[in-house]
Amino acid sequence: MSFLRRRKATERPHAEPHDIDTETDDVHDKKKTKPRPKLRPKRWSCVDTCYWLIGCIFSAWWFLLFLFSAMPASFPQYVTEAITGPLPDPPGVKLKKEGLTAMHPVVFVPGIVTGGLELWEGHQCAEGLFRKRLWGGTFGELYKRPLCWAEHMSLDNETGLDPSGIRVRPVSGLVAADYFAPGYFVWAVLIANLARIGYEEKTMYMAAYDWRLSFQNTEVRDQTLSRIKSNIELLVATNGGNKVVVIPHSMGVLYFLHFMKWVEAPAPMGGGGGSDWCAKHIKAVMNIGAPFLGVPKAVAGLFSIEAKDIAVARAFAPGVLDKDVFGLQTLRHMMRMTRTWDSTMSMIPKGGDTIWGSLDWSPEGYFNCSAKRLKNNDINTADKNGNGSLESTKRVNYGRIISFGKDIAEIHSHEIERVDFRMLIVLQGAAKGNNLTNATKCDVWTEYQEMGIEGVKSVADYKVYTAGSILDLLRYVAPKLMARGDAHFSYGIADNLDDPKYDHYKYWSNPLETKLPNAPDMEIYTMYGVGVPTERAYVYKLTPAAECYIPFQIDTSAEGGSEGSCLKGGVFSVDGDETVPVLSSGFMCAKGWRGKTRFNPSGIRTYIREYDHAPPANLLEGRGTQSGAHVDIMGNFALIEDIIRVAAGATGEDLGGDRVYSDIFKWSEKINLQL
Amino acid sequence: MKCWRRRRTRGRVLESPGTRLKHEGLTALHPVVLVPGIVTGGLELWEGRPCSEGLFRKRLWGGSFAEIFKRPMCWLEHLSLHNETGLDPPGIRVRAVPGLVAADYFAPGYFVWAVLIENLAKIGYEGKNLHMAAYDWRLSFQNTEIRDQALSRLKSKIELMYVTNGYKKVVVVPHSMGVIYFLHFLKWVESPPPMGGGGGPGWCAKHIKAIMNIGPAFLGVPKAVSNIFSAESKEVAFIRAMAPSVLDSEILGLQTLEHLMRVSRTWDSTISLLPKGGETIWGNLDWSPEDGHGCDFVKKGQPSMSDNNLNSSNGRSCFQVKDPVKYGRMISFGKAASQLPSSQLPTHDSKEFLHTSASTNFNSSCGEVWTEYDEMSRESIRKISENKAYTARTLFDLLRSVAPKMMRRAENHFSHGISENLDDPKYAHYKYWSNPLETKLPDAPDMEIYCLYGVGIPTERAYVYKLAPSDKCKNIPFRIDSSADGDAGSGLKSGVYFVDGDESVPVLSAGFMCAKGWRGRTRFNPSGMATYIREYRHKRPASLLEGRGTESGAHVDIMGNVALIEDILRVAAGATGAEIGGDRIYSDIIRMSERINLRI
Repeated sequence: MSFLRRRKATERPHAEPHDIDTETDDVHDKKKTKPRPKLRPKRWSCVDTCYWLIGCIFSAWWFLLFLFSAMPASFPQYVTEAITGPLPDPPGVKLKKEGLTAMHPVVFVPGIVTGGLELWEGHQCAEGLFRKRLWGGTFGELYKRPLCWAEHMSLDNETGLDPSGIRVRPVSGLVAADYFAPGYFVWAVLIANLARIGYEEKTMYMAAYDWRLSFQNTEVRDQTLSRIKSNIELLVATNGGNKVVVIPHSMGVLYFLHFMKWVEAPAPMGGGGGSDWCAKHIKAVMNIGAPFLGVPKAVAGLFSIEAKDIAVARAFAPGVLDKDVFGLQTLRHMMRMTRTWDSTMSMIPKGGDTIWGSLDWSPEGYFNCSAKRLKNNDINTADKNGNGSLESTKRVNYGRIISFGKDIAEIHSHEIERVDFRMLIVLQGAAKGNNLTNATKCDVWTEYQEMGIEGVKSVADYKVYTAGSILDLLRYVAPKLMARGDAHFSYGIADNLDDPKYDHYKYWSNPLETKLPNAPDMEIYTMYGVGVPTERAYVYKLTPAAECYIPFQIDTSAEGGSEGSCLKGGVFSVDGDETVPVLSSGFMCAKGWRGKTRFNPSGIRTYIREYDHAPPANLLEGRGTQSGAHVDIMGNFALIEDIIRVAAGATGEDLGGDRVYSDIFKWSEKINLQL
Repeated sequence: MKCWRRRRTRGRVLESPGTRLKHEGLTALHPVVLVPGIVTGGLELWEGRPCSEGLFRKRLWGGSFAEIFKRPMCWLEHLSLHNETGLDPPGIRVRAVPGLVAADYFAPGYFVWAVLIENLAKIGYEGKNLHMAAYDWRLSFQNTEIRDQALSRLKSKIELMYVTNGYKKVVVVPHSMGVIYFLHFLKWVESPPPMGGGGGPGWCAKHIKAIMNIGPAFLGVPKAVSNIFSAESKEVAFIRAMAPSVLDSEILGLQTLEHLMRVSRTWDSTISLLPKGGETIWGNLDWSPEDGHGCDFVKKGQPSMSDNNLNSSNGRSCFQVKDPVKYGRMISFGKAASQLPSSQLPTHDSKEFLHTSASTNFNSSCGEVWTEYDEMSRESIRKISENKAYTARTLFDLLRSVAPKMMRRAENHFSHGISENLDDPKYAHYKYWSNPLETKLPDAPDMEIYCLYGVGIPTERAYVYKLAPSDKCKNIPFRIDSSADGDAGSGLKSGVYFVDGDESVPVLSAGFMCAKGWRGRTRFNPSGMATYIREYRHKRPASLLEGRGTESGAHVDIMGNVALIEDILRVAAGATGAEIGGDRIYSDIIRMSERINLRI
């Protein structure tokens, strides 16, 4: 025993050189062969404790790992059941007992961001990443080589297609979007429940596409639309002629809208399927969290690439995002990257002031934002809104999607002094040239550097932007992006849908500028969560340092006065599913397409299914089975049940028709749109 | 010094063929379809029994195989098919993994298609012009269509790729059993519905540029026989010789081989790999097309097989002195029976024991593992072994008696004969479609067929069996006699006779159709499409660092062979067979083929 300790002691000088005197003593001791017993406890306490500690930690870690891997897979479920009582059967199991079986093939259309992307050809720095996921999965590469990652995720700034020498392609198959990151499900729960009633690979199809491209470019580059068409035809043919049920989510909704026009349009621009293709192949389109009319979040994303999440982060820890941690200018890199993605522009609010409200008017009018009240007695609030008797609620001008300063957001329109920045665009052409020198100073190039301080000021001087003028704003601050975007998307309202110009593909993803296909037996569902505050308008401010920075940011100090105020952290929110306001997801089905309208000439039936948000009761439930949030709703049991019933052959009437909690019908009535 | 130089030359070679050909200016032209073989494709669970909780959409086959160790019985139960129908057992759905991930890697780090895919990507291939035709390799070929519509999906995929890639025909690259699967597809797609795909007689000519068969098992593989007969092949026999107790003593409490046998006997597809063409192709009791070549290939240097043989340097003399090895006797009981002249062999009529079997099944209730052997009486087992030697023809009688259910099922799906008259209307039935000796190739004069395979590795060709010693109930009563070793140069080692091949498929099976059966305008190839043989001489990796080598000729490792990859890339980029140099032959396949007396 003592011998062992002695040996350790001789090793000590390596670890603690300042102990050298005692050590020399020690050597002397050795010669005398009799160690001094006093010193022992001291040595023990110092180094050995350290070793012991490390040893304990490692063995404990090893032991825990062992336990974890030996744990049966259903263990978490037992724990949950022990705490909360038996869980309800997942809908798939429940409906299988009812005798439902797979009938109509199912097509999933994932939304933006949720689909995986993998590398097929890259620059030197991406060595070894061939066919590895750049987007989705663990995002390991983002941390290992962030600049390389951003370079490969970007598209060409001019064409919106691949940069030279880089090919990043969507992952195909169900794995493309079943899980976004390990443990973070997107489609997986729905797939698992469908499998319970007999679905499998041959009756399910994930229409994965590169969500960074504009919709028509997915066809130009990857022939994705042709592949979807061929796959749907195959599904129908190999399943005894049963039409498909299409389930798009988020941006996938717009993508599929584009597809339905494309497939019936004649050959060079379209798919040449003939005018009855949709009627022959599609039973129902069940849109989940549909941003038919765009989302205000996209504006903030494009304007200063911050949405509520980032704004909150900035409020809590102001240092993190501003101070170039990691030595990289995070936000600006992100901005440069995301601005090459054309698809983000498909989500800009459509329909301008008619839909989203003008300076002094908005369809939501007096919405009460207190999430609690909303949840507990939504019927009451609906009544009150109708009577206009909510004195306590401040008047909110949702129509002003971007305002500079909180006061501006709230005062009456007559009192705002605006300087029209559009005039300045001409002047600025010259000014831009002067400021080019600045661009070289900053290692991250965004188009803001070209604008110059003058331009930035003039943007702020315009004070208030509505859905209509926001387009001009974006065209000014991001001219290249918008030049590309305007060639692929349109945001207006059609006066005359028979105008031949609407044959162009740029109108196909805008429900206000296209007719639905001629398929009277088809059904369109819009299914979305309600009861979560959703971004609707923003209060901006100028960033103090105007050089080398994104000059605008959300004014997180702007808070509404009362508790029920809709203004929090510089963001006005309304009812929605956290990303898409109710107005955008519900309006088309509530009014625009209801009955036989000019947008829906064949009178396709529409159904609104709302799911009231209930947060998970405890942590063990994960993301909840009654969630109404934009992505988490994919695990909502009620929604899954609806989908399975329709896939097994039910119609909208069988489900119970509309199920509405929000004020969508009231708001839709206020919108003055010729039908 | 020498070492250095080699490394430097290697350094130059290390540039992948894809990169090199890209510098030459090759780009993606024809869409490419990959057809994986047996065993290499992944299978995942879609519906299972309670014991498989939590495995939904997890791989049961391929990947890490973790579940075998965690719950072996459950795993076996889910991988079995129904014993009567050859389809799913009730309550279990196991399906093929789709997409390129199905067979790029078989297990982590063990590539199958990954190297080829990566090189194709270098010259511009990607998801839209590269497709993996994954199918459930346990099913008989027609059943993949009945259950999963796999053939319809492949047809639609090829048509789609043809259209979306500017009307360029596809290049198909099947491997191993995928070769005969695709042969089946060729017939299926042009046949009228309901049995066929209704593509019409011009479909193949319109959509397919070339079929580049890798390690093709056109005429079957002898390995499949031993697999079905006793669930062992060379690997298992070796293990038994090295450590006799491991496999016999039921460690882990499970009768490994018996379980494996029970599971693999529900897989109809294994039947497709049984030798086709009977004695005409594979030889009879006294004759085989490889006669005299056994020594010849040993001379080419296979230290792995018999090291001392290399030193004797005098390889050619051996086949003048000795009796030629009787490869035609695919299964013989006892080493002596494999070498005696046929006049001394007992001549039991092989039909005889068909009647005696299945009469007395006194053993069937014992043992937890049920294999069909339990139903057989000792009597018939003994009779089987008395019959001494079986050829490729009598083999089927043998199999019918030891695995009646399986053969009954499978013979509705596969046929192993040679057709007398190909215009006989009975050949419109799908069971003939995967046998190249009973079908005509489609009418597509511009199509090309390649046979690409490795040579220079000893490959199983015939077996010496013995009766298993135990009297206990249980157990497979036959096993390879691993004590039977031949003299140097006889090609017999551990109870297995070897010939030249790629470790799984003998040259004869891989090369014969391209060398003779389809060469020129024959009755099997009425439109006279061009065939090319490309052989790749096996070279073992120089060092451990090289992994599985870039010049390997082994059945699966050949997928990383740079010469093979280059050939495929060139053809995919538009070259024809003549442009890549026509035939390239190292083995004796031409002479062997000449010895086969088949009317063509």
